[in-house]
Amino acid sequence: MSTETQEVVKSKEPLFSKKNRRLMTDPLNEDNPITVQVLGICSALAITVKLEPAIVMSLSVFFVLGVGNVVISLMRNLIPNRIRIIVQLVVVASLVILVDQTLKAFLYDVSKQLSVFVGLIITNCIIMGRFEAFALGNTPWKSFLDGVGNAAGYGAILVIVAFFRELFGSGTLFGYPLFEKIGLYSTGYENNGMMLLPPMALIVVALIIWVQRSKTKSLIEEE
Amino acid sequence: MDVNSNKYTYVFALIMVIVVAALLSGTSIALKERQEANVRQEKQQDILKSIGVILDRPEAEAQFDNYIKERLVIKNGSPVESEVGAFDINMADAVAKSVEEREVPLYVAEKDGSTYYIVPLRGKGLWGPIWGYISLEEDGSTVYGATFGHKGETPGLGAEISTNEFQAKFEGKQIMEGSDFVSVAVIKGNPEGEHEVDGISGGTITSDGVDAMLEECLKPYIEYFNSSNRATALNAQ
Repeated sequence: MSTETQEVVKSKEPLFSKKNRRLMTDPLNEDNPITVQVLGICSALAITVKLEPAIVMSLSVFFVLGVGNVVISLMRNLIPNRIRIIVQLVVVASLVILVDQTLKAFLYDVSKQLSVFVGLIITNCIIMGRFEAFALGNTPWKSFLDGVGNAAGYGAILVIVAFFRELFGSGTLFGYPLFEKIGLYSTGYENNGMMLLPPMALIVVALIIWVQRSKTKSLIEEE
Repeated sequence: MDVNSNKYTYVFALIMVIVVAALLSGTSIALKERQEANVRQEKQQDILKSIGVILDRPEAEAQFDNYIKERLVIKNGSPVESEVGAFDINMADAVAKSVEEREVPLYVAEKDGSTYYIVPLRGKGLWGPIWGYISLEEDGSTVYGATFGHKGETPGLGAEISTNEFQAKFEGKQIMEGSDFVSVAVIKGNPEGEHEVDGISGGTITSDGVDAMLEECLKPYIEYFNSSNRATALNAQ
């Protein structure tokens, strides 16, 4: 009898079963694409000077990774093994061009903000990584959850880094001159120009990794 | 069916390429008109912004002719007839030519009863092209306003040239010293006098690009301004 119930459960796994939920939540912490898998570092350096582009970049990756994972997963049994990387590349590139063209026509001002970053999504190794490692071997729904989870994990780090870099580098948040309004400059405080330069993004990411590793048990390495 | 056979691989690749090509070119054709309208409106918006008229994009298109009274094409210091209208001149092609051979647009604007000359700019930043519009007062020397744009300068660094803070620094500067052209230099550190503005920390190459762009793009107009100034001066007498 117990085997019978198991079979029923197996064939009708709920959409948000514990296993499926983990697909989404793992990349937020224990399997974070930036801090644990150390992927997508280049974009984390390039676009985290200000919060706004960081958020728009996160949303674009969210879309491309979510849809791309589903497309690849739907085709997973049709893709010839030898050209699978090319197929993945074509899928990412087409999606990115579609996003770019649509933004240019309907959200022109946003598309100007993003400028080269939209194109850079193609080179984001997280996307190809998830296609290759997950979508090629899993069902569309699971792939979708995995894509959404990874994009969220990536976006979360981007936003945290951008928050600190904009706040201490320019004294603003979303362009709002916070430090000036609370009168910090009159006490002799000055913005740290170093925060605007790429090396500080690496240092901020490293600090995040430090905090994360000391808080998350499963990531603590045994001596 | 063997998905790893040579035949299947070729057929798969072929179908994929055709489907993707059809999809992308279809999107491009369908959206082209809207995209071009956006670009045109943005250009009008930028031109008006350089004389301090800040409008939304669709509004800029409607109001453009109310402000811009004349569109001239200048070659080597004097107005010429041109096959393409002033508005449609491709600045990237124009600045590639030598100063003498260049045909460049000049917009004559009127706002609150005063006349302003608007000069389009085009140059090189760190990662790609930068452009802008600078408006001069009737004397052909005093900068009334400036606006800059860029293709892909680094946000927070070079991209700061498109902020109002940076653009406001140009107001009131002089591009002429007597009848000699000196341009407005973008320098590192403390700007002194009416021919210098402070560049962007961390955006040195973009700042240098703005500096070079101003000098290079204002050159073809100097003679025109000098002669039209003389005309105005004569009229005044």
